[in-house]
Amino acid sequence: MKNFSAKSALLAAALAGSVSLSAVPVMAQDDTIKVGILHSLSGTMAISETTLKDTMLFLIEQQNAKGGVMGKMLEPVVVDIASDWPLAAELARQLIEVDEVDAVFGCWTSVCRKSVLPVFEELNSLLFYPVQYEGEESQRNVFYTGASPNQQAIPAVDYLMNEEGVERWVLAGTDYVYPQTTNKILEQYLLDKGVAAEDIMINYTPFGHSDWQTIVSDIVAFGSEGKKTAVVSTINGDANVPFYRELGNQGVAAEDIPVVAFSVGEEELSGFDTTPLVGHLAAWNYFMSVDTPENEQFIADWQAFIGSEDRVTNDPMEAHMIGFNLWVKAVEAAGTTDADAVIDAIVGLETPNLTGGMATMLPNHHITKPVLIGEIQDDGQFFVVWETEDLVPGDAWSDFLPESAMLEADWTAPINCGNYNTETESCGSAM
Amino acid sequence: MLILRALRLVLLALPFLLLPSNAIRAQDAATDISAAIQAMGEANLRELEQIVADLAATGSDTVVPVLTALGDGNLYLEETSGAVLIERGSAYLDPLSGEPVELGADADLSKIRVNNGLRRDIAAALAGMTLMSDNPARRLTAAQGFMANPDPANIPLLDEAIAAETDANVLAAMQAARAVTILGDEEQSVADRQAAVPLVASGGGRNALTVLNAALIDAPEELASTIQSAIAGLEQERAIWSALQNVWFGLSLGSVLLLAAIGLAITFGVMGVINMAHGEMVMLGAYTTFIVQLVIRQNFPGLLDYSLLIALPCAFLVTGAIGVGIERGIIRWLYGRPLETLLATWGLSLILQQTVRSIFGPTNQMVIAPTWMSGSTEFFGLSITYGRFWIVIFALIVFFMLLLILNRTPLGLQMRAVTQNRRMASAMGIRTPFVDAMTFGLGSGIAGLAGVALTQIDNISPNLGQNYIIDSFMVVVFGGVGNLWGTLVGAITLGVANKFLEPYAGAVLGKILILVLIILFIQRRPRGLFALKGRAVEQ
Repeated sequence: MKNFSAKSALLAAALAGSVSLSAVPVMAQDDTIKVGILHSLSGTMAISETTLKDTMLFLIEQQNAKGGVMGKMLEPVVVDIASDWPLAAELARQLIEVDEVDAVFGCWTSVCRKSVLPVFEELNSLLFYPVQYEGEESQRNVFYTGASPNQQAIPAVDYLMNEEGVERWVLAGTDYVYPQTTNKILEQYLLDKGVAAEDIMINYTPFGHSDWQTIVSDIVAFGSEGKKTAVVSTINGDANVPFYRELGNQGVAAEDIPVVAFSVGEEELSGFDTTPLVGHLAAWNYFMSVDTPENEQFIADWQAFIGSEDRVTNDPMEAHMIGFNLWVKAVEAAGTTDADAVIDAIVGLETPNLTGGMATMLPNHHITKPVLIGEIQDDGQFFVVWETEDLVPGDAWSDFLPESAMLEADWTAPINCGNYNTETESCGSAM
Repeated sequence: MLILRALRLVLLALPFLLLPSNAIRAQDAATDISAAIQAMGEANLRELEQIVADLAATGSDTVVPVLTALGDGNLYLEETSGAVLIERGSAYLDPLSGEPVELGADADLSKIRVNNGLRRDIAAALAGMTLMSDNPARRLTAAQGFMANPDPANIPLLDEAIAAETDANVLAAMQAARAVTILGDEEQSVADRQAAVPLVASGGGRNALTVLNAALIDAPEELASTIQSAIAGLEQERAIWSALQNVWFGLSLGSVLLLAAIGLAITFGVMGVINMAHGEMVMLGAYTTFIVQLVIRQNFPGLLDYSLLIALPCAFLVTGAIGVGIERGIIRWLYGRPLETLLATWGLSLILQQTVRSIFGPTNQMVIAPTWMSGSTEFFGLSITYGRFWIVIFALIVFFMLLLILNRTPLGLQMRAVTQNRRMASAMGIRTPFVDAMTFGLGSGIAGLAGVALTQIDNISPNLGQNYIIDSFMVVVFGGVGNLWGTLVGAITLGVANKFLEPYAGAVLGKILILVLIILFIQRRPRGLFALKGRAVEQ
């Protein structure tokens, strides 16, 4: 008896692990087009990615209501990568080889994207990646529908420099590839703009950092040198709430030291009381508060689908919508879901975004986006205080880093490569 | 930039501020103000900036409520009638008369929004208008406003106000504002500016440093040396305080570690159960707080400030009961098999996380900080945030209560007896299974209490517990398994060490260094800081 119970307890523990690994089984039909959804539904990243899974289900349902694609219904295949990146690569392989999906929408972190890249390359399938990222990459099988640094970080710094007169910079980030690369680009950009090296402070913290007392008081000290100071935050995920709390508690007002964040959106703000944060900034390509008929419709449809008026929309959701619509158009243009045909057909296609413009798929597999700067309001929404006049084309390789300034990505003939060196006029020299 | 903006504003306002108000024909002015306020409704940010400047230029007291409301985000546009209204509580007031306005059923209110630049402009404009107010509190705010936005054009106004001022506090603030303004004004003579330096420096703290550093940037040589010596004096003072500040940060981090670890000190330290689900008990405590606050907010909004206190017993009972359930259901079958206990409780932690995720969703939940836990205070040179302060106090209270229970109550005696020699205790008539369940329940309940406190500093998400489980084990092992005092000393030591390493090594490297130090320490003293002695150790 005793033994048996012990076994069942162990079984329960093992079950907890394996539940998150298995794919949600979906009834297979012959005349459907399968779409893979590769997001974390458990683990640290579940907080952000679960909504994106729901967004994809929402978009697929909408498309099916319109009659599907080429007369066939779309069928979602959902897997949970459980915030485990080697598992993401395994599940990507499973989606493509076993479930035979025609396109995959997924990943949030850069490390997830980097882990699944080789799989998509090897099996020649399609990945639509919806999150702002550090750039310095362009891959034939991947479509980057989130912002590259020139569509988010650089305009945000320009805004602070020109509109707020900031002269001293704190670049604070979580310690991983996206903040490190973004800060490298920003540091070079600031130095090029004539900011002195001692006016830039770079600080990294571990994932989920919760004790911000020292760092916030360092920021206050750094800001008391007599020059207008701002914080550029690439702090990711869970660490943001304690960070903003500490800012509020130590009385750092947005009028004195504004914080501009690249990873804080409506979804992250729904977790806390934003009254002390009013006036701090975020840079994105979409805000829920944008006043356009398209956005109003999207929010209404989304809230009806999810069954709650409290649910917010955010930038990566818009990116998934754009990516999905572009894929649908490309499949219809190509007349097939074959990856090579879709890759050829999708470049140059455009679809309306939610801010009143058109998103165009560029030859480097990035898209055109407007850049918006919003101030946090006390209702957890953003008030747009500045936006670019034109759409900004995404740049795969930063022009501000010497090692990538001469690189271009172009997946159309005759160049057809992701790292074309304009100096040597050949491919792949840098890699 | 800020100074330029304020300068431009006040230059615009200057002719009006200096003119006696009857020089403007009152009738026209009132119409203009009313028109300008109405125009706010549809204005974009640039136009709004102009309107604020125009309103400030009238110098009329009637615009003060409107500007205050605009700056605080309480000014609304009623879309159907186009009227601009001030929100106060649940009522909407006419911006000029201050009379409540009845809203029609089709009223569609939208907030008139401002950005940081406008908020600064408004603060500067209001400071100018309220400096001669009858209310000392408003005069003080105005003086502080002048201090934050120093502008040479304000000096005559300040002089006038200083001459008329009777309240000592307000007078000091005005003189400080005047000194800051003079120091920053390059038109003033070097002697005047030098004379202002000691007054600015006497203000102390970061703000004085900011002002002095700003003045130093292009100060003439004589002045520069005065400023530099003042800065040196301030820096020296700050160096001492910043060491103390680090001790405080360390204490506060240590108390968080203590709270997280102290429940584990019971389940792991006293009972020897490697409880990987300990973090989830903390998480459940936090969610209980969330639910308690939700219920209070919906039904008894008056009690909102006490919701954390009400949540304490609830969290203790909920997590304690779950703990008893876990002990009866799983752990009692696994005593003496640490590896299997580890796997089972780890699996359990995953189940609990996913259950909470399924019920509450993966996003963060919100627990509002009560007013007595928000903000910070200056204690001599230390800046102490109330939230952290109460957590330190709370951690100590929990620690000593627990000590009292273990050492002074019959249950505590039985717990110690059972863990030291189960068979002997059983032979003496102690119901060992009952004591086991109670002990585990107590440890879990205390983890729940930690969860209540952590709602004030961390995310309330299903992952909350994961962030603390490693740290908790670290504290218990470092302090010495089975010894509560060890847990206290261990937690505070780790907290302070962490905070002293952080400024030099950075947060990431600091954490690594701490881990390495602990490993080395455990190599030297495998039983931790306060090793248990006697026969209990042999088992």
